[in-house]
Amino acid sequence: MTDLAATDPLPKPKRDLAPILLPVALALAMIPLIGSPSTWLTLTAASLAMGMMIFIMASGLTLVFGLMDVLNFGHGAFIAVGAYVATLVLAPFAASIQADSLWMNLAVLAPAALLSMAVSGALGLVVERVLILPVYGQHLKQILMTTGGLIVAEQTLYALWGPQIIPMPLPASLRGSFIIGDVAIAKYRVLATLIGLAVFIAIQLVLNRTKLGLLIRAGVENREMVEALGYRIRRLFLGVFMTGSALAGLGGVMWALYREQVHASMSDELTVLIFVVVIIGGLGSIGGCFIGAILVAMVANYGGFLVPKLALVSNILLMVAILMWRPRGLYAVTSR
Amino acid sequence: MMILSGDQPRSRVLTLVLVVIILALAATPFLFPGAKALNVAAKICVFAALVASYDLLLGYTGSVSFAHTMFYGIGSYAIAIALYGMGPNWAAVATGIVVGLPLAALLALAIGLFSLRVAAIFFAMITLAVASAFQVLASQLSWLTGGEDGRSFQLPELLRPGTVLISKNLFGFEVNGRILTFYLVFAVSALMILALLRVVNSPFGRVLQAIRENRFRAEALGFRTVFHLTYANCIAALVAASAGILNALWLRYAGPDTSLSFSIMLDILLMVVIGGMGTIYGAIIGATIFILAQNYLQSLMGIASTAASEAGLPLLPGLLHPDRWLLWLGLLFIASVYFFPTGVVGRLRNPAGNKSAGNSH
Repeated sequence: MTDLAATDPLPKPKRDLAPILLPVALALAMIPLIGSPSTWLTLTAASLAMGMMIFIMASGLTLVFGLMDVLNFGHGAFIAVGAYVATLVLAPFAASIQADSLWMNLAVLAPAALLSMAVSGALGLVVERVLILPVYGQHLKQILMTTGGLIVAEQTLYALWGPQIIPMPLPASLRGSFIIGDVAIAKYRVLATLIGLAVFIAIQLVLNRTKLGLLIRAGVENREMVEALGYRIRRLFLGVFMTGSALAGLGGVMWALYREQVHASMSDELTVLIFVVVIIGGLGSIGGCFIGAILVAMVANYGGFLVPKLALVSNILLMVAILMWRPRGLYAVTSR
Repeated sequence: MMILSGDQPRSRVLTLVLVVIILALAATPFLFPGAKALNVAAKICVFAALVASYDLLLGYTGSVSFAHTMFYGIGSYAIAIALYGMGPNWAAVATGIVVGLPLAALLALAIGLFSLRVAAIFFAMITLAVASAFQVLASQLSWLTGGEDGRSFQLPELLRPGTVLISKNLFGFEVNGRILTFYLVFAVSALMILALLRVVNSPFGRVLQAIRENRFRAEALGFRTVFHLTYANCIAALVAASAGILNALWLRYAGPDTSLSFSIMLDILLMVVIGGMGTIYGAIIGATIFILAQNYLQSLMGIASTAASEAGLPLLPGLLHPDRWLLWLGLLFIASVYFFPTGVVGRLRNPAGNKSAGNSH
C-alpha cells in the first residue's frame, strides 16, 4: 500500500487509445490501396460525414441501453418520424429552400430540424411510458414490444403520407462541392460533419462536466447504487430516452437530406446500421459509438470504392473482426 | 401418448381446437374445393412447422432471433436453384436437400458460437444484421438467385397437377400430383412438429428451459449453456430450412418476397406470440389464426376502407386500406404481448388468467 499525499493527483484510469487509433490506421492503410490522394480525401470526407450522421442517430440508443438495460428495437422509427416531420416545414417553404442564400436556407432548415427533434422527443415520451415502462426489466418482452412499436410507427407513416418516396431536395446553397486543388468535398458533408462533431462535443461535455452527466455515468456503471443515494433514476432515464429520440429525429432529417428523399423503410435500413455501430462501440459507450460509426462509414465508403460487391457484407465482416478482438465491443462500460 | 412425447395439450378446449384444425387441414382437398383453400391449407402447414421451430428458440430458450427467415430462405432457394439448374427430377430435389440443410445448420452453428457466447441481447442484434446482409446478398447475386424476380421451376413429374394418380372414383374426387404434394407438405410438417415436441420434452429441452429461466444457475449446475443454445439454434435452423423446402415445392417458386423478406420474420413473431410462446402447440394455433386472417380479413378491410371513403370520413380510408393491415397486426401484437403473454394456448390452459404462469422472465 502506498499512501497518497494530499497534493498528489488522483490516480486516473489508463486511457485506452487503441480503439481511437483504429480508424486513423484504417484510413492511412487505405492510401496506397486507393492510389490517388484526391480520391482518398474525398472518400475520407464522405466517411466522416456519414459516420457523424450515424453517430447522431445511434448515440441515444447506446445511452439508453447503458443506463437502463433497455434495448429499443423501435429506435429506427424516431429516425423516420423525424424525416417525415421535416417535410412538413420544408415543403411549404420550398421557394426559400431553392433561394441561393445560405441564411435563407438555414432559416427554414433550422426550424424544420428543431420541429423534428421536438416531435421525435415527444414520441419518445409516449413510447417510454406506453411500451417500455410496462415491461421494464424483461428483455424478451422489450424486444417484442419495441418491434411491435416499429411496425405500428412505420405503418402509420405510410397511412398518413402514403407509400410513395417523398423527394427532399438539398437547399441551393448546400449543393455542390468545395474544390481545393483536385479534391472535391461536398458542402453538405462539411455541414453534416460539423453538426455531428458539435453533438459529440456537447454530449461529452454534459456527460463529463455536469452533475447530470455524473449521475448518468454513475447510473450506467451501477444503477442500484445511484438509486440508493436517493436519485430518481427513472426520471433521469426518461430524459435520456427523450433526448436520444430527439437526436434520432435530427439524424433522420440529416440522412433524408443526404439521400434527398424520405421513405418509411429508411428506418429498417438504418436500424441495422445503428445496431452494428452500437455493438462495435460497446453497449452504453458514447466514445465507442462515435468510433464505431466512423469505422462503419469508412468500411462502407472505402469498401464500396475498392470492392463494390464486398460492400454488401462489409458491416458484418467489420463487426465479426471487432468482436473477435474485443468480444464486448471497443469500450465495455457496463458490467453486463 | 407416445407420439406427443407425453406433452398433451392439457386443456379440453385446446385439444378440441387442435383436432378440428388438423382434421380440417387433412381433409381440405376434399372438403373445400378450389385452389385458394388448398393454398391456404398448405401455407398453414408450412408455417405451423416454421413457427414451431421458432418457438423452440423464443419460447424455450428465451433468445430472440431475427435470422429465422434466413434459414427458411436458404431451404427455399436451395431447392429452387437445384430444380431450376438441374431440371425437374428427383436428383435435383435430393441435391437441394443435401446442400440446403447442412448449409443452414452450419450458418446457425457459426452465428450461435459467435453471438450466443456473449450477452443474450447481442444475439438479437447480430441475427438482425446477418439476416439483412443475407437478404441483400440474395437480391444482388442475381445470376444464382434470380434477384428480385426469384426462381420459378418445374416439379418432378409425379408432383405436377397434370399427373392423375386416381381418376374420379365413385365419390367424385380426383387425386392428382398437386394433392399428393399437399399431403407431402402436410405429412412432413406434422413429422417436424412431433419431432420438436420430442426435443422440448427431452432432458435437453428441460435444460433449455432452465437456461431461459436463469442462465447463470443453469451454468452453475454444470451445463454448458453455449453448447445447448447453439444446438437448439441449429435444430431450429434445420426445421426452418425444411419448411422453406416445403414452401418452395408447394409454390414452385422461391423469391425474396415469399421466403426471405423481413415481413415474414414479423409474421412468425406474431404467430408465436398469438399462439403462445413455449408451447409448440401454440404454433399450430397461431399459424392457423394468422394465415386465415391474412387471407380472408384483408378483403374485409378493403370493403371497410371503400365504405369509409364513400362516407367521406377523413384518415379512416387510409388506415383501413388492405395494405395497412400490418398496422393493426402491430397493435394486436403489442396488446397480446402486454395482456396475453402466454397466448391463446396459455389462456386455454389457464383460463383464470393467472398472469404469472409461464411468464417468469
